[in-house]
Amino acid sequence: MTLDPAYLAYPKRRHGYDHDLFPWSALHERAPIAWPDGKSVALWVCVSLEWFPITPSDTPFRAPGHMQTAYPDYRHYTARDYGNRVGVYRLLDAFAKAGVRASFATNAAIAQRYPALIADIVAAGHEIIAHSTDMNGTIASGLPVEEERALIAASLDILEAATGTRPTGWLSIARSQSWNTPDLLREAGVRFCCDWVNDELPYRFTNGLINLPLNHELSDRQIITVQQQSADSYGQSMCDAFDWLAAEAARYGGRMLPLHITPYILGLPYRIAALETLLAEMTARPECWNASAGEIVAAWEAQT
Amino acid sequence: MAGSIQMMQADPKLYDYAAYRARPKISWPGGKSIAVWVAPNLEYYEIDPPAHPQRKAWVRPHPDVVGYSHRDHSNRVSHWRMAEVMSKHGFPGSVSLSVALCQHHPEVVADANARGWEFFSHGIYNTRYAYDMDEAQERAIIADSIHTVREATGQTIRGWLAPALTHTPRTLDLIEDMGLDYTCDLYHDDQVQPVKTARGRLVSIPYSLEVNDHYGFFVYNMSGREYADALIRQYERLAAEGARPEGCGGTVMCIPLHAYLIGQPHRIGPFSEALRHIAADGRAWIARAGEIVDAWRASSPLPHGEGG
Repeated sequence: MTLDPAYLAYPKRRHGYDHDLFPWSALHERAPIAWPDGKSVALWVCVSLEWFPITPSDTPFRAPGHMQTAYPDYRHYTARDYGNRVGVYRLLDAFAKAGVRASFATNAAIAQRYPALIADIVAAGHEIIAHSTDMNGTIASGLPVEEERALIAASLDILEAATGTRPTGWLSIARSQSWNTPDLLREAGVRFCCDWVNDELPYRFTNGLINLPLNHELSDRQIITVQQQSADSYGQSMCDAFDWLAAEAARYGGRMLPLHITPYILGLPYRIAALETLLAEMTARPECWNASAGEIVAAWEAQT
Repeated sequence: MAGSIQMMQADPKLYDYAAYRARPKISWPGGKSIAVWVAPNLEYYEIDPPAHPQRKAWVRPHPDVVGYSHRDHSNRVSHWRMAEVMSKHGFPGSVSLSVALCQHHPEVVADANARGWEFFSHGIYNTRYAYDMDEAQERAIIADSIHTVREATGQTIRGWLAPALTHTPRTLDLIEDMGLDYTCDLYHDDQVQPVKTARGRLVSIPYSLEVNDHYGFFVYNMSGREYADALIRQYERLAAEGARPEGCGGTVMCIPLHAYLIGQPHRIGPFSEALRHIAADGRAWIARAGEIVDAWRASSPLPHGEGG
């Protein structure tokens, strides 16, 4: 056996990255960030609002949480939609009780189908981030660029029509992008995306787009659905993370803890108390600055 | 294909069977019962690597944003966090290094070197696999590893952990022939063991899949606290066995790490507590891989070639 000699050639073996999407930079070598009011840990709560058509698309890939059985998959269609009817209202109540302002990464289809929910979210002072059209709106290389451009435009247009405000932030489904996505988002006027999980503070792409990292390892989907941990274990992990970041912030400057929450996962009756407990504990911490994605990006941008 | 089938054997003849009793007794420096080493994998994964006929590098079409950026978290954020915790508790690293990291992010390699860590090779990139390489190709990546690490750190590598754990039937003979003296790729024992190679001077040092943070978090789905507890249980049992009068002497515990996993903010605190426990216990010889191999060679009457 032998391999093609090209397999042992390394044309991009150089200082920095093997791509030009963003420059190489280690977090601890950057100038310290200071959050408003002398706070040191930004608590960013981001909720995904998802509508899964009962006719799943595998182009370019099937979204996590999508339909699993032969048509019609009533069990997954309704269990996911439970999040939009019931779970999300438990979350809204929990946020109100803790005085938390959250970001809602929202499928455009939610605005079209459930305008009352959007009105309640906006009335409570939360932020809307664009999150594709619906859960068939996945992106990966191979998706024709015109289709991707249209998908991004439709997502932004529909949310703007529903809320009166054009979203400035973007979260891709499963955080999946194509090679074209950063430029298409920039072209569509998006200020920041939340897809790349390589950092714990915002940073700039070469094209000017900002990435606000929404750590997938800290998501309820990863910890509860994938790793099968309990809600209490999730809550304990988040508090451990907060404690660590608060200690680190005292030495290195502002840190950020992103909580990525899914209504049909943490919004269940037997899990919601764990979220209420952790929000109460975190918001009581003297280091905690609860902020929306846009506020965190703005505070960061003002210092860099 | 005929050639490769000829090389495939039901028994790869890696070592002789040796039961975990009535072995020559191994003693560690200072009368310690367990040698503990920490093996951070300092890696570079390419965003758009060439395709290998046997294995896909990424699940998604390139760029696999989560796959790539999760690993990149190591270099941007979590290496520094993990390294600081290790230094705080007195644990040097023995680094499983994607040697191209010396070019991409020499700052990370320099930090590890300045902390007194040892380096061994984990291939050029963790997205380039050794399966199907011919002998000249495999010799080329070993030579590249030796040269690259020497240039970057002044160290001469002694060990090998195959890139993404991909091997050929020649790998162990080739690394021995090119001057390396330990492999981290064999998981058959809790003590250093001789390996049956052409010159008989290569040994295996216990690395670990089972307490590897990747297994802890993505195979066994542990929380950070559960993983820290598993490390302490692993340590307690191996420390006790290493001290048994009727036992086989010094055991080895490796803690293989990936900063993008253990260095996440919800996991690093419990991990720090596990290291504190081990460092404070008193039975542990906290060492680097090469030191453990050297102490075993000095202590073991087993044949281990001219390196003895």
